[in-house]
Amino acid sequence: MAFDLDEHLNGNRVGFFTDTSICIGCKACEVACKEWNHVPEDGLDFTGMSYDNTVGLSADTWRHVAFVEQRTPMGRQEPGVGDMDFRWLMSSDVCKHCTHAACLDVCPTGSLFRTEYGTVVVQEDVCNGCGYCVPACPFGVIGKRETTGVAAKCTMCYDRLPAGEEPACAKTCPTDSIQFGDLDELRERADRRLRQVQEAGMTSARLYGRDPDDGVGGMGAFFLLLDEPEVYGLPPDPVVTTRDLPSMWRHVGMAAAGLLAGIAVTAWRRR
Amino acid sequence: MSQTDVRMDGSAETRADREATPGSAGGRRERLVTHRERADSYYGRPVLNEPTWKDHDIAAYLFLGGLAGASSTLAAAAELTGRPGLARASKVGALGALGGSLYCLIHDLGRPERFLNMLRVFKVTSPMSVGTWILTGYGPQAGAAAATDMTGLFPGLGRAATVGAGLAGTALATYTAALISDTAVPVWHEAYREMPFLFAGSAAASAGGLGMLAAPLAEAAPARRAALLGTAVECVAASRMERRLGPVGEPLRRSRLLRLGEALSLAGALAGVTVARRSRVAAMAAGAALLAGSACTRFGIFHAGMESANDPKYTVQPQRRRLAKKRAERELA
Repeated sequence: MAFDLDEHLNGNRVGFFTDTSICIGCKACEVACKEWNHVPEDGLDFTGMSYDNTVGLSADTWRHVAFVEQRTPMGRQEPGVGDMDFRWLMSSDVCKHCTHAACLDVCPTGSLFRTEYGTVVVQEDVCNGCGYCVPACPFGVIGKRETTGVAAKCTMCYDRLPAGEEPACAKTCPTDSIQFGDLDELRERADRRLRQVQEAGMTSARLYGRDPDDGVGGMGAFFLLLDEPEVYGLPPDPVVTTRDLPSMWRHVGMAAAGLLAGIAVTAWRRR
Repeated sequence: MSQTDVRMDGSAETRADREATPGSAGGRRERLVTHRERADSYYGRPVLNEPTWKDHDIAAYLFLGGLAGASSTLAAAAELTGRPGLARASKVGALGALGGSLYCLIHDLGRPERFLNMLRVFKVTSPMSVGTWILTGYGPQAGAAAATDMTGLFPGLGRAATVGAGLAGTALATYTAALISDTAVPVWHEAYREMPFLFAGSAAASAGGLGMLAAPLAEAAPARRAALLGTAVECVAASRMERRLGPVGEPLRRSRLLRLGEALSLAGALAGVTVARRSRVAAMAAGAALLAGSACTRFGIFHAGMESANDPKYTVQPQRRRLAKKRAERELA
């Protein structure tokens, strides 16, 4: 892909680094996001999925804290639950603001756009609710809001950034699990943090979405995870669907030409 | 810009809370580590959000758009080879299918009154945007072709519109494959190589069915041959798709709608080149079977995709295999 977003933005690209190793599952990010962005209620259900009752990201959930219970030791910690190994993983998920964003590529109205901060935002007064962005997103982030009929997702608090304020979720996070800043700096910080966590004994720690060479060109919101991505409900190797679009158009072209030739042949004979 | 305060120089005396290292301290009693089960999803929840498209709108549009496009192509071929009865039936049928298409597309929008916002931009990265412009070019020509044929006015303009709609119709009948393939839905995306051919075949079969249903027997020969050729292409593309996709193709292989669609199309196409050459009633029955078969195929593809989006294994497992392959290739190199 010829277009280099990081270069184009000249170092102005901002992002989130969510360090899940220090997430305590307080859900303050979910609440702060709802409050600041006036995100409507998204169902008050008891799911039985540990402490998670918001289930996943959607039009009405822009931050989602996942709770994973595992019978696995957490380094040298004594879990204190009888003779059982146990660890509790928590992770605050959010829109990845991909470098190559499928939702943005497929939007037929131009409602989704790339901001001057390198983030991806829906203009709700332009969106006509065609819903194309929903299946295009490889992470299951964006959704169509029932009440308004238009697409909605995290804006990385586009309205707070010009005022010099960090997004509401990062501002409220009590452990700095959610860190906001210049993407380049966050990447450096995450590399150091990964070494620190691994040296402290958590060898399963890994960064997710930090690599600019991955299938979505690197994520504007990336993570330090303690287990495989799929354990947290994240796709292990997401690829922007439009990467295959040139080949799709070639196949469509061949099929259209074939249709024309086929029908011409059927009409050729007089009988 | 304000942001979380962090010292890049590492000169801090005290360690910040965010430097906490979970699992680094404590006296875990030694116990047998039981075999770790490998979770491949988060409580069985899908990775993707379910498409908001409704089958009675979007699957119906896949059928109607194909029917309209291929019917216009058949109408142009019929007109240029001196078969006015077949040409008229196909033009009127195409206009009806186009009307249905537009209704479905607008009805599926969350804000139908904003459907014209589609015309704000042209984006080649969005098959929906490309499709909007294909419809914008095709629609007036298909309308003019049918109207001039019915009224007998402006025959020259009518012929130009017929040919124009016939050419644009091939794009309308096939772009819908890119429309659904350009998503993260595993079955739709992975099948992008065969999908346009399957859709082209299915569209030709339905247009042939419509021609057999509505045109006089003496002129319907191209319709019968189009139905047979279309059905053959559709069946070959479908079976190639089901084999090539491997485990991801499971929802396709399981789909009863797809089997029913194939059976109806084959029955209609075979009847078309045998009994329907002489009997008007048989031709109408075969035509109806072909139309129903094409509709079943489109609904089957639509629902197989929905099924693959709603089960995390179709998203996670192919990606894991891809990662494992990449890792193996790196180690070899």
